[in-house]
Amino acid sequence: MRPEYQAPPELFYDETEASKYTQNSRIIEIQRKLTERAIELLNLPEGKSALVLDVGCGSGLSGDVLTEHGHVWVGCDISKAMLDVASEREVAGDLMLHDAGQGFSFRTGVFDGCIGISVIQWLCNADKKTNVPIRRLTRFFQTLYTAMKRGGRAVFQFYPDSSQQMELITSSAMRAGFSGGLVVDYPHSTKAKKYYLCLFAGMAQKLPTALGAEESCVRGSVDVGGRETIRKRSIKKKQKDKNWVLEKKQRLREQGRDVRPDSKYTARKRRPKF
Amino acid sequence: MRLLTHNMLASPVKGANNAFPLKLVCEKKEVMEADFDAEMVKHLLSRVEYDALRATVESIGEGPLPVWDDGLKENEDFLRQMHHILLEIHVIEGELECPASGRKFKISDGIPNMLINEEEV
Repeated sequence: MRPEYQAPPELFYDETEASKYTQNSRIIEIQRKLTERAIELLNLPEGKSALVLDVGCGSGLSGDVLTEHGHVWVGCDISKAMLDVASEREVAGDLMLHDAGQGFSFRTGVFDGCIGISVIQWLCNADKKTNVPIRRLTRFFQTLYTAMKRGGRAVFQFYPDSSQQMELITSSAMRAGFSGGLVVDYPHSTKAKKYYLCLFAGMAQKLPTALGAEESCVRGSVDVGGRETIRKRSIKKKQKDKNWVLEKKQRLREQGRDVRPDSKYTARKRRPKF
Repeated sequence: MRLLTHNMLASPVKGANNAFPLKLVCEKKEVMEADFDAEMVKHLLSRVEYDALRATVESIGEGPLPVWDDGLKENEDFLRQMHHILLEIHVIEGELECPASGRKFKISDGIPNMLINEEEV
């Protein structure tokens, strides 16, 4: 079952769940790869350090990758347990206990970029009566837009549970003023397929190309329907067995024709080689 | 929480109209050394509200910082001082206070709690 259906994020990411993010090498590896790709999509100026916001920073695994790339970052998360793990690990960025659905309260245009790894699908949860997904998403994207420098990018890797959810998230972002769209890496693979919402604040830019999607991009021809020849349905002919042969001979005899007498060889089976 | 982050935060309280800066009450602070990179500090300076930073720095008993002057951006000593102020001083225990509504946000273990109630959004 998807974690989003089990409990709200502040409860789901408790101490046991948080400890997985420092001990489980598989989780660490996956988080690392996703962050590397998100940073690649952010397309920050080469060799320069930037100020990056990490939404849902958790235990700071994504932050570590940002630090390795030489960026200064600020992370926020709703789970206290995850932040405690991050502060124990002495990550380089600043941490903040904050609910992304309540919107940010940063000054205008301070961040060069923003990343969020496996986070924004959580905003679609209505755990409480007061949680309205569309309102939370709108507030999130609007305040994020304010906090970002014009021309900056925000990249969110997420796991949509349905196409409606994908549509809801994308349209909320567009309404907040972002341009951009979805980049789907390895769209033909069930396992390696990853969704990245790639948003541009202010200036429209070319959407980066997805990984592993070459075949679908290169294909220049268009399928035209209705031009195939319709195959005739093959009607299975009735097997002419021994009975049929005997009956036919009888009929011909009654017509007075010259018919060979029935014997044990009449309509006998031939060997397969025939 | 470092002073860099404090300088970027406005009040999240509804009706406070993004009041800035939040009043910082510092009960415990620590200095953690970080590598100095002049280009990075220059870049961060372009994002900082210098006057607000100056007031905050004085209120927690650091500094004093010089009055802003465009020539300072090339001054190595000043950049080192800014590096220390923005990236090395960590507020471990303390409080942030919204200047408009008086709402307080606790900082514990270096992590400010910026959660607000649903009515305040």
